[in-house]
Amino acid sequence: MTAAISSAGLTKRFGKQVVVDAVNLNVPAGSVYGFLGPNGSGKTTTIRILLGLVFPTAGTHALLDKDFAASAAEVLPRVGSLVEGPAFHPYLSGRANLARLDAADRSAPVRTARARIGEALERVGLSAAAGKRYRNYSLGMRQRLGIAAALLQPRELLVLDEPTNGLDPQGTREVRHLITALGRDGVTVFVSSHLLSEVEQVCSHVGVMSVGKMVWQGALADLATQQRVRVQVRTGAPADAARVLGELGLAEIATDDDAATAVLGAADPEHVVAALVAAGVGVRGFVVERPNLEDVFVELTGAGFDVSG
Amino acid sequence: MSRADVDAAAAQPGQVQVVATPPAPSSLTGGRPVRKSLLGDHGRFLRSELLMVFRRRRNLAILVVLGVVPILIGVAVKLGDHRERGDTIFGGITDNGLFAALAALLVVMPLFLPLGVAVVAGDAISGEASTGTLRYLLAVPVARTRLLAVKFGGILVWCAASVVVVAACGVIVGAILFPSGELTLLSGRTVSYAAGGYRLLLVCGYVAVSMAMVGALGLFVSTMTEVPVAAMAATLTLTIVSEVLDAVPQLSALHPWLPSHYWLQWVDLLRDPMATGAVGHGLLVSGAYILIFLSLAWARFSGKDVTS
Ligand SMILES: Nc1ncnc2c1ncn2[C@@H]1O[C@H](COP(=O)(O)OP(=O)(O)OP(=O)(O)O)[C@@H](O)[C@H]1O
Ligand SMILES: [Mg+2]
Repeated sequence: MTAAISSAGLTKRFGKQVVVDAVNLNVPAGSVYGFLGPNGSGKTTTIRILLGLVFPTAGTHALLDKDFAASAAEVLPRVGSLVEGPAFHPYLSGRANLARLDAADRSAPVRTARARIGEALERVGLSAAAGKRYRNYSLGMRQRLGIAAALLQPRELLVLDEPTNGLDPQGTREVRHLITALGRDGVTVFVSSHLLSEVEQVCSHVGVMSVGKMVWQGALADLATQQRVRVQVRTGAPADAARVLGELGLAEIATDDDAATAVLGAADPEHVVAALVAAGVGVRGFVVERPNLEDVFVELTGAGFDVSG
Repeated sequence: MSRADVDAAAAQPGQVQVVATPPAPSSLTGGRPVRKSLLGDHGRFLRSELLMVFRRRRNLAILVVLGVVPILIGVAVKLGDHRERGDTIFGGITDNGLFAALAALLVVMPLFLPLGVAVVAGDAISGEASTGTLRYLLAVPVARTRLLAVKFGGILVWCAASVVVVAACGVIVGAILFPSGELTLLSGRTVSYAAGGYRLLLVCGYVAVSMAMVGALGLFVSTMTEVPVAAMAATLTLTIVSEVLDAVPQLSALHPWLPSHYWLQWVDLLRDPMATGAVGHGLLVSGAYILIFLSLAWARFSGKDVTS
């Protein structure tokens, strides 16, 4: 499989701070790749490097299998982007703003400009507000216009930095559907987001950034299996239950008044229940707790609330 | 085929629907036409840039102010007493209306004209950076050199338009309020109104080139900040510093190197025969400064991190 985005040792230093630290991205073609990380972990900076807005201190990257340094002008027309929120000229209408971006694009055929702009507006549900000045747009309308700009031309890769930021529930849903639909059409979507439930629903792959480093990257399915599944036994005799769990080789056993918990590890839940019953432990309830993406995320990036400066 | 034809064709509903069907990404990128004419696609961007500049209310207000200057001069001279005549530009107004345009250019040259140019040029890159649109233009992609070129193209047109507004309003006001027959040049010779108009055109060209230098300076400054007002103020300040230094006699050794030193040299074009030596020198100085400022702008911008 070819890579839509790949990078080798991508590094960016702002003054003394290493903001992006030897990041090796690998975004398979056709994937929907969730780019996660706490505030200030370097996601937006990475995206800026990918699009050529910021020059890396070290490292190289390729978009759509083309080395970026050598063929940025050739490859960027096939890439739609949204970087750190939408930005448009406040005194121009939404439509006029898209027309300006289209006029700047040497690869955009002028004949179809009007139709493509109309279609992009339609796709994000902005047709009715297209003539309004951008200044008077609401936060969500602005975000939608930003997405429309990314869809002005047929793209092979979309790089979207927090595309659902500020959208209402319908808007969020629409964007989710849009991403899924684009992914089905074969467009690779690289999307940064803080909404982990959204990411879980739409992404096939994830990369997790923490303090400038890529701490985990791969298929979402692999991330789930790699993580530790806990079991909880509700019982009147927690101590006995804990002893049985220990004999079965489960780790990190803990007990409280009416329950014992442990990490499942290689054991399978059916055997655990059978062993408990065989040992005469009265089982009132048995729960297998699979960690959701949020638990995994916190485990990878730490639970601390303060951003790293 | 004109652009209007193309737009009109695209506006027909039937056609819209044909192209509105979203094509598969790979097929369309493969079929994307490769343009042969470079001017065509640059022209489209330049046109969009010009629309941005000339539709902006602030800029239109500047043009209005520039257009009012010759009107004020014409009215003031008409109402004032006519004793002061002779071979000065202001003195000539009552003899021939064309001098109203020349007098207005003389008045706007030191401050108003550079101010207008500084506003538009200082806004060129920094304005896009402050609204955040710079990152999206670059991601389109617009090559950085191309962006500078189109921005400078817009500035050049703006310089020309500012000068033309002053001159045209002057000519019109002059024609209404004062005689418009033969005119006496500064050297005392009399030429036809048409020949005078030709001289005025040459003067406009010279003034526009001088202003293009301010524009190049503004473009350079505007690559260094994300605050448009700062770029405008810095550009205007540098221009005025040059004019002030030019007025200090003790610094006469420095004068020939100052950007603004030759700005009023166009009065030479109103003599007969035309004294082109100093004018040519002025054009060379302007051209050299334009090249320097554009190179600096390019050097600064082509490797700059865009974090706005
Ligand atoms: N121009 C700059 N100069 C100095 N430091 C910068 C600059 N831009 C970003 N940084 C720093 O880089 C770090 C990463 O910023 P970045 O915007 O990439 O984070 P992020 O992952 O996108 O965060 P968020 O989730 O809040 O959007 C931050 O510590 C930030 O302060
Ligand atoms: Mg960010």
